[in-house]
Amino acid sequence: MITCRNLTLGYDGQAIIKDLNFTVKRGDYLCIIGENGSGKTTLMKSMLGLLRPLSGDIVFDEGLTAGTIGYLPQRTDIQKDFPATVREVVLSGCLKRLGRRWFYSAADRQLAAENMARLGIAELADRSCRQLSGGQLQRVLLARALCAADQALVLDEPVTGLDPQVTAELYRLIEELNRAGVTIIMISHDLGAALKYATHILSFSDRIFFGTRQEFTALMGQEAQA
Amino acid sequence: MSIIDQMGRYLQYPFVRYALIVGVLIALCSAMLGVILVLKRFSYIGDGLSHVAFGAMTIATITGMLAQKMLIILPITILAAVLLLKGGSRTRVSGDARIAMVSVGSLALGYLMMNLFNTSANISADVCSTLFGSTSILTLTEGEVWLCAVLSISVVILYILFYNRIFALTFDEDFAAASGLNTNAANLAVAVIVAVIIVLAMNLVGSLLISALVIFPAISAMQIRRSFRAVTVWSAVFAVIASLCGMVISILQGTPVGSTIVAVNIVIFLACMLIGRIMGRAYA
Ligand SMILES: Nc1ncnc2c1ncn2[C@@H]1O[C@H](COP(=O)(O)OP(=O)(O)O)[C@@H](O)[C@H]1O
Ligand SMILES: [Mg+2]
Repeated sequence: MITCRNLTLGYDGQAIIKDLNFTVKRGDYLCIIGENGSGKTTLMKSMLGLLRPLSGDIVFDEGLTAGTIGYLPQRTDIQKDFPATVREVVLSGCLKRLGRRWFYSAADRQLAAENMARLGIAELADRSCRQLSGGQLQRVLLARALCAADQALVLDEPVTGLDPQVTAELYRLIEELNRAGVTIIMISHDLGAALKYATHILSFSDRIFFGTRQEFTALMGQEAQA
Repeated sequence: MSIIDQMGRYLQYPFVRYALIVGVLIALCSAMLGVILVLKRFSYIGDGLSHVAFGAMTIATITGMLAQKMLIILPITILAAVLLLKGGSRTRVSGDARIAMVSVGSLALGYLMMNLFNTSANISADVCSTLFGSTSILTLTEGEVWLCAVLSISVVILYILFYNRIFALTFDEDFAAASGLNTNAANLAVAVIVAVIIVLAMNLVGSLLISALVIFPAISAMQIRRSFRAVTVWSAVFAVIASLCGMVISILQGTPVGSTIVAVNIVIFLACMLIGRIMGRAYA
């Protein structure tokens, strides 16, 4: 549903990623791994249509457009002390559904409530985001992302800064969503998780690799032997 | 004579009634926009623009176009708002340094021009009233009152209509953009509206004190409320209370309008901070 062809990305004409090619199909679980600053977030912003590629194309099909991908931003991009309740944040995921309307409809509120229940945060609905733990906040943002799009989700380092138990829970939740048919594109530092959950891996270390998890482990094996 | 009688006597004068109406409306808009500015870390834009408005005011003064001053001040301030926002992260000088430069620059140049070209004998009084607002709120004409009323009520209506988009824009701009909101246009609209409100507010509290109208009610509301909606509503409520009390005190006691309103805002803020502390985490 997403194909990137000869994609070159960067800022102010300066390329950060060159000649990137990969394809994501419905139901895939793609992990993007790479060092800090290797351009993972940049790639995600381009897929969301927030940033124009320097060259190359991102092609969407199977009914997907940049606007129908939900996303979970890197946690540093969210203000921790923002006065907003969980309900307000999740409901804001319905922004796209507003279209030309001014206010959210009962159906929008229903969708927000369903997604809060799906992620186990229904009882937090009236809590302030400022009172939430890191793991709870990620669930809230995930619920918001699901309101925006239930076909494909882009997650930018969803587990960074979370303790191991919460991390495991969040991975399980993401895996469940993937089983339910949501295409997952996850940016991660965590090679272990990538090898455990992903169907495909895109790696930005010294050279760009894209392939299935099996191809990736085979390659790693070869490199380890060499 | 009781305070109420005294106030009743003052209210017979149209200019006092005008001042109260305009003061409340302007404070209300400033506070609602203030919620956006404070949460988007844009407070300094309000401050910068108010100084630009001062510079523009001096141009109006020295060119002897005081009667049509709005025609000069409004476009200049709007232009400054657009320029301040436009560069974003793409310029050499970082955002807050740029705003500080524009801000003190216009203040200094404005004062310089006043001194070099002003024909009036009493420069310091002119400057003082532009900076601190003194009496100008009591000298509004009926036309200016209507202008202020129409503009402020439009701002409130727009704010309510765009409330959900404003929340999305303020909470997470990238997400709003990914959801199809034209965030550049939205930010621009916010900046232009802020510029208009600041020019209007200059009559009320003077250009140095405008930021107080923008920032204080929002910060006070954030001490005691936890949802965006409640913060917006309480910010508006505090702004109305502060401007009404401030103006009434100032009329009865003869204190300067602007600084009295700001003083009331400070009292409200301190009270909210105290309440917030006592309520503890329940409202944090
Ligand atoms: N808005 C921006 N303007 C210019 N350069 C940027 C911007 N955002 C990120 N960069 C640069 O792009 C590179 C990749 O950043 P990023 O995509 O955030 O990396 P990652 O998410 O993999 O850690 C970094 O060197 C960073 O300094
Ligand atoms: Mg990143």
